[in-house]
Amino acid sequence: MNLLQQTFIYKALQNDIFGRYVLSFVIIIGTVIPLLNVFAPEGSMFDITTFTMTLMGKILCFAILALALDLVWGYCGILSLGHGAFFSLGGYAMGMYLMRQIGDRGVYGNPELPDFMVFLNWDALPWYWYGFDSFGFALLMVFLAPGILAFVFGWMAFRSRVTGVYFSIITQALTFALMQAFFMNKLGFGGNNGLTDFKDILGFNIQSDETRSVLVFTAALVLCITYFVCKYIVSSKFGKVLVSIRDAESRTRFLGYRVEHYKLLVFTFSAIVAGVAGAIYVPLVGAANPSEFSPINSIGIVIWVALGGRGTLYGAIIGALVIGYAKSYFTTSFPDLWLYILGGLFVLTTMYLPEGIAGRLEQLRQKRNGSKNDPSTPAKNAELEVAK
Amino acid sequence: MNTEKTEKFQSVLYLNGVTKSFDGFKAINNLSLDVSPGELRAIIGPNGAGKSTMMDIITGKTKPDKGEVRFKDNIDLTRHDEADIANMGIGRKFQKPTVIDSLTVWDNLDLALAGNRGIWQTLVFKLSSNQCERIEEIISLIGLSEKTEALAKNLSHGQKQWLEIGMLIIQEPEVLLVDEPAGGMTDYETMETAKLLKDIAKNHSVIVVEHDMDFVRALDCTVTVLHEGSVLAEGSLEKVSADPRVIEVYLGR
Repeated sequence: MNLLQQTFIYKALQNDIFGRYVLSFVIIIGTVIPLLNVFAPEGSMFDITTFTMTLMGKILCFAILALALDLVWGYCGILSLGHGAFFSLGGYAMGMYLMRQIGDRGVYGNPELPDFMVFLNWDALPWYWYGFDSFGFALLMVFLAPGILAFVFGWMAFRSRVTGVYFSIITQALTFALMQAFFMNKLGFGGNNGLTDFKDILGFNIQSDETRSVLVFTAALVLCITYFVCKYIVSSKFGKVLVSIRDAESRTRFLGYRVEHYKLLVFTFSAIVAGVAGAIYVPLVGAANPSEFSPINSIGIVIWVALGGRGTLYGAIIGALVIGYAKSYFTTSFPDLWLYILGGLFVLTTMYLPEGIAGRLEQLRQKRNGSKNDPSTPAKNAELEVAK
Repeated sequence: MNTEKTEKFQSVLYLNGVTKSFDGFKAINNLSLDVSPGELRAIIGPNGAGKSTMMDIITGKTKPDKGEVRFKDNIDLTRHDEADIANMGIGRKFQKPTVIDSLTVWDNLDLALAGNRGIWQTLVFKLSSNQCERIEEIISLIGLSEKTEALAKNLSHGQKQWLEIGMLIIQEPEVLLVDEPAGGMTDYETMETAKLLKDIAKNHSVIVVEHDMDFVRALDCTVTVLHEGSVLAEGSLEKVSADPRVIEVYLGR
């Protein structure tokens, strides 16, 4: 027990009561649903359809993406309206590996070139497709492609002290420009069809329930790991510097901190996390599509985090789960109503839940604890929770 | 504490012929200032005299159009940015108390605590017991012992001023630039602040910008009067108060 208490995970969750609930829920989705999908007899009341399981997997990927945004926006005040670009780049890197795995099983049966290149009469594989036959290389690119883009973009923006709404606008422009580029056939990423018709991943049939179960489980696992890494970052002194930058950027400079370095590191890390989310998403949905770069997608991520509650981490997960599920429900049951509901949800959040669902949960908890202890004293709260 | 160190150079801060214009308006006009090591200096002047711009130039926020700005005789401050200058040992307290609202009093001091400011170091940083003691010492010095875990945004105006002064002290700078520390304080708090600053000046150089004459009198130090971006008079408070030009532009009104 003592040893357990020494671990970071134990310490991180000790004061994070809602984080515990949210993560438990994530773990249940990530294990029970895949198990039921594979093992429960078809037609029984416990059977989970592959459609539902895939949906859950997609939503878990969105939750990872929401965590990435919450880290930069909620803690450091960098409102990125282009996180969808990093998500898509990670997805394309994984998609390129999956394309290479097709081999000669494509429609044209060309062992060297993907179908879309044969269709465009290309005679050789472009250099930037080299290496994607290897899963390890593709995985490296899942990290590097969004990471390097965020690093270079962030380096230029933060060094020139581009902040606030100006930064938001150029991130929006970035994802829009990438969308235009990826829609072009000559860029070599499949144009407006994107990358699709995947056959297998690491030798396993990508369509099979078993493979999908593993992917959903992976999404849940990566979500939990990301949560703890983010939790570590925000509870370290580094995290306090991030909050300090959010609250009073120039004060932080006069304290001697190189604000641009902090922003650059957290922005690059966040972009990599977004890329990883995209890399799990693409094999689940079976396609990497250029419309994922669309600016509206990036704005969607901001809405998840705003609804869930900024600067709490678990709030971002709640936001992604709630909106992800609501979107699926309403777009299938009342397709015409969804955009109105989303708009209404956003208006209601701004009016009645300015700090999101997480903010309201914290309020309720403080009210319940009442005068017993000062809510601003996490140490005391921790003691109380242990005593229970 | 660092008298040995400070004796090696003649002036800790030296401004010569500094000029800065904003859209043709000369906020600072041929300003010269010389602060010796360990000196306590008060700077007064009417609104728009260039006090804040001067602070901005010294701390690297604003680059002067021309003139010399030197720290410890031979470091040219115009070549460095805010973070560099802060790390060299020039600390600044703002006119409006600027503390980190969503962090606790303790965390605010932890951030300001002298130490490595690198990104990797802060990721793995752990407070040593000496550092914890130092933070506790400062907290009791600024009278916030009851508020250690309170968020800075829930402090009163005066408490925020004190917290920011605490952050300045724990940063262990050689020069402290203090902009209107007594703003919004009660008479009692003002006098306490003056006492605290005089205490700090025993082993640091301190430059105080202030409007409150009682406060400046309590500091009992050399006073520099700024007017329209340059030095109008310099000397003891008695001397400058008797200067007819000073009376005309500032004190008389």
